[in-house]
Amino acid sequence: MCSNAKLILYSDMTVIKNMQKIICALMMFLVSQLAQAKLEIEIVQGNAQAVPIAVIPMQWRAAGPLPLTGVADVISSDLYRSGLFAPMDEVDMVDRPVDAESIRFGTWRLLKVDYVVIGWVNDAPGGRGYDIVYQLFDVHTQERLLSQITTVGFGDLRFGAHRVSDAIYEKLTGVPGAFSTRIAYVSATGEGSTLNYQLFVADADGFNPQAIVGSPEPLLSPNWSHDGTKLAYVSFEKGNSEIYVQNVSTGQRDLVSSTKGINGAPAFSPDGRFLAMTLSYSGNPEIYVRNLATGQKNQLTQHWAIDTEPAWSPDSKWIYFTSDRGGKPQIYRVESTGGTPTRVTREGDYNARATISPDGSRIAVAHGRGNEYRIAVLDNKTGRMRILTPGVLDESPSFAPNGSMVLYATREGVRGVLAAVSTDGNVRQRLILTEGDVREPAWSPVIR
Amino acid sequence: MNTTWRFLLAFAIAGAISACKTTEPEPEPVAEPEPAPVVEREVTTVAAPDPRDYTDARNFENSSSLLSKRVIYFDFDKSEVKAEYRAIVAAHAQYAASHGSARVTLEGHADERGTREYNLGLGERRSNAISGLLSAAGTRGSQLDGVSYGEERPVCRVSDEDCWWQNRRVEIVYTAR
Repeated sequence: MCSNAKLILYSDMTVIKNMQKIICALMMFLVSQLAQAKLEIEIVQGNAQAVPIAVIPMQWRAAGPLPLTGVADVISSDLYRSGLFAPMDEVDMVDRPVDAESIRFGTWRLLKVDYVVIGWVNDAPGGRGYDIVYQLFDVHTQERLLSQITTVGFGDLRFGAHRVSDAIYEKLTGVPGAFSTRIAYVSATGEGSTLNYQLFVADADGFNPQAIVGSPEPLLSPNWSHDGTKLAYVSFEKGNSEIYVQNVSTGQRDLVSSTKGINGAPAFSPDGRFLAMTLSYSGNPEIYVRNLATGQKNQLTQHWAIDTEPAWSPDSKWIYFTSDRGGKPQIYRVESTGGTPTRVTREGDYNARATISPDGSRIAVAHGRGNEYRIAVLDNKTGRMRILTPGVLDESPSFAPNGSMVLYATREGVRGVLAAVSTDGNVRQRLILTEGDVREPAWSPVIR
Repeated sequence: MNTTWRFLLAFAIAGAISACKTTEPEPEPVAEPEPAPVVEREVTTVAAPDPRDYTDARNFENSSSLLSKRVIYFDFDKSEVKAEYRAIVAAHAQYAASHGSARVTLEGHADERGTREYNLGLGERRSNAISGLLSAAGTRGSQLDGVSYGEERPVCRVSDEDCWWQNRRVEIVYTAR
């Protein structure tokens, strides 16, 4: 890039040199900004019962160079972020066994560690990438709980480590892990004429953020397809709201809806066959369901109120939505093929933007009382509502695909940040992008 | 002293007379170019359109005219147009009715409280409320357009009511006058 600048400014040597310096400095700055544009995660409220575990640095047996971040580091960070584990710091490890025979269980017991993970990384047969070969032991019973090989491509070592974390998490909690998933979010940077909106996709731990679309006009409401390959979102790039569906890996996108009025709140059905959305061309916002194969559109609501924010039940049978037909915004639900809507939430002045847990048992909403907006979870069976977050302007709840946590948007001063809270409200973590006003998080389904 | 005063007074009168002259309507310029006036070059005139003449486009820039007011504010989660803003809307309706080529976009906005998609709906409802009043007062549908930005384009970014009220608004934007 710097040599390009030289070509363009061929006329005057001093100008060339100065411009080169400036452009290179600018490039370095941009690169450093890009590198910084990752989510930093910090546990705000922890769990006293976190399980002590030691993930021993994995021996590097592959031919290629050592990766910058070790596999064990990634696993430890994942387990820490879940709030359920207290991984041992590497500097405190007196012993670094690689195979089962060299684990001194007595020592680990004295160090009050409950579980030990050991392993190594070697080249996968046939040059396909790396094998992460690992084992999980219960220190107290000395029992081997897991012994597995995870194979990943050369560039996917972090992803492989997340898969290992998923397996360990599932073995020890009984719930599948959600570490090898991704998140999408919208970030706004700049002011006035330099205002720039970007839709990002990042690993669930905030690494590898990639802007998949950028616009000087607002972007909002990203929603993942059931297989995690596509994102639907709303863009104001042409002045009015429009719905686009974009392939995350190829960048190819389709304009799905650009009718008069609002084109908003896209939501893929869990079976992948439909896209629900809010359109207001009839005069006020109504929920429609579009058959993705035929393009046929079915109007689900018919009311003068604002009907918006459709959310599917995991079995694709119901659509939950926000409506102020009763005077104030509340959650209602209607059969996704049509029918009479019934009211779901009753507590509080303002309940909106429902999202349904993957097992269908809970509904997370943005719950408003006065000027305070918090994330609350409604138990589908008992009808009891539980407030999970301290507020004061929390919105956009999104369940982890294993239902263990809810990702949401909150505010720190004038700046938007993302946070996640465990579904029981006990563990809360803040995810901070080093730059920009971050909002509209969406947790992907399990990929692959 | 006396002579000086007389002299100054004479000058002032002459100045006043020449100023008065310029405010009189000039005859239509004829094809033949007139010689440029030399003495009156320094004198400027200011347009003073009747601020209550809502068919006069000059009132868009006249701060004492309702036509210069193009933002309507709303209560939280409400889209009723408050009494104090009805005269503003009526003024714009008069202008639009008298200028068939005028085009107006009503941009609806909400404050940051509540969810983004619901606020898109709310912004649209506010835009529709103004649109409805304009139509009722004779503005043709073809002259009106609406868009809702919800809470996406705040004019103020602090999380309190001092800021929020400024964001709950409809902006009357003339795309053609």
